[in-house]
Amino acid sequence: MSDATLDTPPPRGVPVRDEAKTVAFRGGGFAPRPHRWVGGLVFAVLILIAEWGTRAGWISALTLPKPSDVLATFGELYQSGLLFKHLGPSLSRFAVGSFFGVSVGIAVGVLIGLFSYVRAGAVPLVAALFPIPKIALLPLFVIWFGIGEGSKYALIAFGTFTPTVVATYGAVDNVDRTLIRMGQSFGLSWWSIVRKIVLPGAMPGILSGLRISLAIAIILLVAAEMLGAEYGIGAYILQAGSLYDLERLFAGVVILSVLGVLVSAVIGVIERRLLGWRT
Amino acid sequence: MDIRLDAISHSYDDFEVLRDITLDIPAGRIVCIVGPSGCGKSTLLRFIGGLERPRAGRVLQVGEPPAGCLNPLTYIFQDFALLPWRTVEGNISLVLEDHGIRGQRAKDIIGDVLARTKLTDFAKALPKQLSGGMKQRVAIARALAVNPAVMLMDEPLSALDSQTRELLMDDLVSLWSRQPFTAVYVTHNLNEAVRLGHQIVVLSRRPGQIREIVTLDAPLEERQFGDAELDAKQKYLWQLMRDEARAADAELLNV
Repeated sequence: MSDATLDTPPPRGVPVRDEAKTVAFRGGGFAPRPHRWVGGLVFAVLILIAEWGTRAGWISALTLPKPSDVLATFGELYQSGLLFKHLGPSLSRFAVGSFFGVSVGIAVGVLIGLFSYVRAGAVPLVAALFPIPKIALLPLFVIWFGIGEGSKYALIAFGTFTPTVVATYGAVDNVDRTLIRMGQSFGLSWWSIVRKIVLPGAMPGILSGLRISLAIAIILLVAAEMLGAEYGIGAYILQAGSLYDLERLFAGVVILSVLGVLVSAVIGVIERRLLGWRT
Repeated sequence: MDIRLDAISHSYDDFEVLRDITLDIPAGRIVCIVGPSGCGKSTLLRFIGGLERPRAGRVLQVGEPPAGCLNPLTYIFQDFALLPWRTVEGNISLVLEDHGIRGQRAKDIIGDVLARTKLTDFAKALPKQLSGGMKQRVAIARALAVNPAVMLMDEPLSALDSQTRELLMDDLVSLWSRQPFTAVYVTHNLNEAVRLGHQIVVLSRRPGQIREIVTLDAPLEERQFGDAELDAKQKYLWQLMRDEARAADAELLNV
């Protein structure tokens, strides 16, 4: 991405001879700067276009529901109290599932990063597990963990585990070896080196892996609620989908998107607090 | 506590790096090791501190380290090796924590070493806020905190600009004058060697062998920038190394 650069005219009052030309500036761009409002603007413009299109009729009601109708559906959902009835179980499944997946994932990732035998044994295993569509294993999870909450936790945990492992051992590999040498040269114990040098050094990589794992957890929420869930955002979306109730479907999808934005914002806050030392 | 290198040889696979290095490092002296690039001088320093093992020969510690010495063999690295997520005092407390020194005792030690390296005002700063010279002073403070018997300095000033280098050399000299320490100082910079070394060990190109040991008698604090006698010594060292350096430069690196 390169930001456009503007030519600046030569300063006034300085006599510019014919053969003298201002050296053209060509060093701009390639330096992302924060523009917070642009993100909101893109959302607003897209929604306005959809609203205009559905009202004017050049987008048919079957193609896309009216954004205002989706908002109204959402309002109903909120007023009837059903919103929290759906949101509660979903959030707890998301929290419990991703907690187990992420914590076991970080532990295994650190072990892979530290021990060559664990690496030799576990990396092929993780590579084999990663591409399995977790949804395909849903029946298996139901047999193993029952039709209740257990199978849903397991599905989300399993789905967040593999990307967390891959991100974590990559992050541990990237920890500056000279810092570890330094720790050894000062006679720090193995455990001190892991706790005070390896883990903080791997934190940036672990957190950026967390962004991916948690997004996957939200995706899997819907899959987990495909089986035997009465309440939950995923169940709500699936129900609406099978009835072709586009307003409700979109209301549910918007909730998941908002959840994704919130999770990413929370990780952003954690990054700013924990990684202030980065240049 | 003295260090004795006893017939050290080393090779990576069939690639000979060091050959038969025997050397005494007496207490209270700074021994500089100079040599063309790739002569194994940094490797030798890693042997002395026990970070790597030579193929043949031994590194001996003669006598016991003085009482109160937490980490007898302490390194100062070229790239400073400070933890970027810890403040200046946090970086120093890192090396004390494992010895069970916390609280007031740690505070006293940290205050003392920061004062000796003129860093008292920067105790709460993060490494990213410091200039290269300041970072290396933090690393020196950290090394002083463990009260080392021997300081192992691996090109400590090579990452700094020449003005900062002059300032830090003065700092090192005044630290040594106040309380003489033993040091092995690896450098490729002959000017640093003649300013700081009591003995200068000249290594040949790979496989590194001791070509000559030059002894400098002038007291450290009297050696000034641009001193004629030092310049003569430096010129002499350069004569010794010149052809070696040229040959080393022309060698193919097949590592």
